[in-house]
Amino acid sequence: MTLKTEPFVLNMGPVHPSTHGVFRMRVVLDGEVVTDMEPVFGYLHRGIEKLAEERTYGGIIPLTDRLDYIAAMSNNFGYVLSVEKLAGIKVPERAEYIRVIMAELQRIASYLIIIGAFLNECGAYFTPFVYMFREREKIIDLFEMVSGQRLTYNYMRVGGVSQDLPEEFLPALDKFLAQMPVCIDEYDRLLKENEILLARSKGVGILSKETAINGSVTGPALRGSGVKWDIRRADPYSIYDRFEFDIPTGSAGDCYDRYRVRVEEMRQSLRIIKQAREQMPAGPVRTKVPHLVRPPVGETYAHIETPKGELGFYLVSDTSISPYRIHIRAPSLINLTVLRELIIGWKIADLFVIFGSIDLTMGEVDR
Amino acid sequence: MIMSNLDLNNLGNLQKVLPPDWPGGFWWHWLVFTTIIINAVLILVMAFIYIERRGMGRMQSRLGPNRTGPFGIFQPVADAIKVLLKEDIVPDTADKVVHWLAPLIAFVPTLMIFAVVPFGAGWSLAGDLNVGVLYVTAIGSISTVGVFMAGWGSSNKYSLLGAMRNVAAVVSYEMPLVLSVASVVLLAGSLSLHEIVQAQSIPFILLQPLAFLIFFMAGCAEINRSPFDLMEADSEIVAGFHTEYSGMKFAMFYLVEYAEALALSALITTFFLGGWQGPLLPPNFQWLWFVAKVFIVFFVMVWTRTTLPRVRIDQLMGFSWKFLLPLSIINLIATAIQVLVLPEGSLWVMIPVNFTIAAVLILIGSNFFTPGRGRVEV
Repeated sequence: MTLKTEPFVLNMGPVHPSTHGVFRMRVVLDGEVVTDMEPVFGYLHRGIEKLAEERTYGGIIPLTDRLDYIAAMSNNFGYVLSVEKLAGIKVPERAEYIRVIMAELQRIASYLIIIGAFLNECGAYFTPFVYMFREREKIIDLFEMVSGQRLTYNYMRVGGVSQDLPEEFLPALDKFLAQMPVCIDEYDRLLKENEILLARSKGVGILSKETAINGSVTGPALRGSGVKWDIRRADPYSIYDRFEFDIPTGSAGDCYDRYRVRVEEMRQSLRIIKQAREQMPAGPVRTKVPHLVRPPVGETYAHIETPKGELGFYLVSDTSISPYRIHIRAPSLINLTVLRELIIGWKIADLFVIFGSIDLTMGEVDR
Repeated sequence: MIMSNLDLNNLGNLQKVLPPDWPGGFWWHWLVFTTIIINAVLILVMAFIYIERRGMGRMQSRLGPNRTGPFGIFQPVADAIKVLLKEDIVPDTADKVVHWLAPLIAFVPTLMIFAVVPFGAGWSLAGDLNVGVLYVTAIGSISTVGVFMAGWGSSNKYSLLGAMRNVAAVVSYEMPLVLSVASVVLLAGSLSLHEIVQAQSIPFILLQPLAFLIFFMAGCAEINRSPFDLMEADSEIVAGFHTEYSGMKFAMFYLVEYAEALALSALITTFFLGGWQGPLLPPNFQWLWFVAKVFIVFFVMVWTRTTLPRVRIDQLMGFSWKFLLPLSIINLIATAIQVLVLPEGSLWVMIPVNFTIAAVLILIGSNFFTPGRGRVEV
């Protein structure tokens, strides 16, 4: 007698503690081993690209907040850069520095969440997560000072930023800059050499250089595989060519390398913020731009390095007050394409470790 | 006194283990002790839940529950009331009988362990059961059946995965667990928990450091405490075997989890930390030592839970079969040789010897040990 067998199909999500939003994975299991995986997304689709066609150029900024909602500043930054490129608007010096400081603070805040969540998925019961959130809170407080918001900032404007830094901002920033390196060292003492963490993430989910480049993976996931590609260096936007910083890369391309790349990048971001804070000139923070920007006919693509990777905005203008077409190159969506290849052959437990180390935000994947 | 009319001579061996000064005979002894034990277990479990939540809060730089009563001390009570009032949902496709029976089968054996645990000199339900260690190890693994029934009966894939993991873990960790207790039994020369405690003029943690570590780790894996908590790994399989349980049935599983932790702490206290023995307190209050030691052991479990990430299933298995099992066998043989060779009354010699053995074995073992093989080609 032969026993009937059938594949064990498990629908993980859309509601699951570890999928960071509404993401579903249709997983085929052989015991604990994942033999096939199909990502299903679209649960958070809000039609942002279509909505944007009905709005003025300035009115689209709040929509970009809701793309990668844990790095709203970066999204603002990418969008206003593309509009400025299209309309040929010059931005005052001080505004450029403020933008860089905000973008780098946002990078640290975003990495803190991602590292915390990644360790949570490794099974560290919320301890690193809560500690990371403690530090993120300080950054959120800084953002609240400048924009009044804690998640969706809507701070940057076409031609500058919405308002100058309040006077309590710089002292608070200095305090943060003094504390943060100590905190990063503290986390490293706890986690860098942790035997179980090494066993769970070293050699797990190896993303080879070739696969990463073929899949146009960007961001820490790409740098973890040893490719030295960072748009801040490769195609400097804003004033990034004025700062000194290194681009940390991994070697093996496993989950541990991606985690380490993020930790090192937090240190580099602190370096950039320090330099920007020292060089920052006084002056206006916003050029006079008409409320209804009407860029000349044409199209443009501007991209920046967000915590997830390359975020690009493709804009087409027909001289009306709203864009004819806007397309967002969302790094999360593109990075998602290699997920299946990484996961197959690993265990269920690794599935979420790999998922967490690639780092996807559903707001950006679905748009 | 209806009870005293019973023919007590037919009760066989149980009659003999009665404390002679206990008034009212067997049935009163049974009734009173059972009530006391169940209540003590429930109260201690509540204390554990409180300690775990507050302790974890403290370690995670947050407050923990602090609203109900002074310092949030009634939080477990509030939780219990909440869970009792919740609707009991049984999935449509569930095997109703199995689903209903599972929490009971998981809970009862856990409670039965406490029948032989000595809270003080002569203080336990079954008195001085002469095969105590055997009883504890045998009863202790029955809960797994309940857990597997829960996993199978809920007809949920997460539950099934969690239950399978639990069975696999219990099967592979039972062996190092029993082998490490065996070396304790060798030292004490008895299977009775009472005599094991009385034999500890020096706590066995000093004489058997390796056995203690193995017992602690294997025990944590059996009752699925972190870092071996992958039967209910919330970041992977939602809640494991109790995903489909709600209301009182869920409360039972919650209770089992902590009652098992209590049982493990009590056994570690009995086997390695000298049980109820301790200085200062008068004989009738020595159970306080027992409780204090139980809480210390539990605190270490909370500590590891907040500190360590979780291992993977193949690493869990590998750790047991490739690391703990060989070490516990070597330790057992080494202990047997020492017991044979060393003259009577020179127990203290074993302290440096066994610490050296433990250090060398752990050093060698960790160099040779590779956890799991990682990726599988499919």
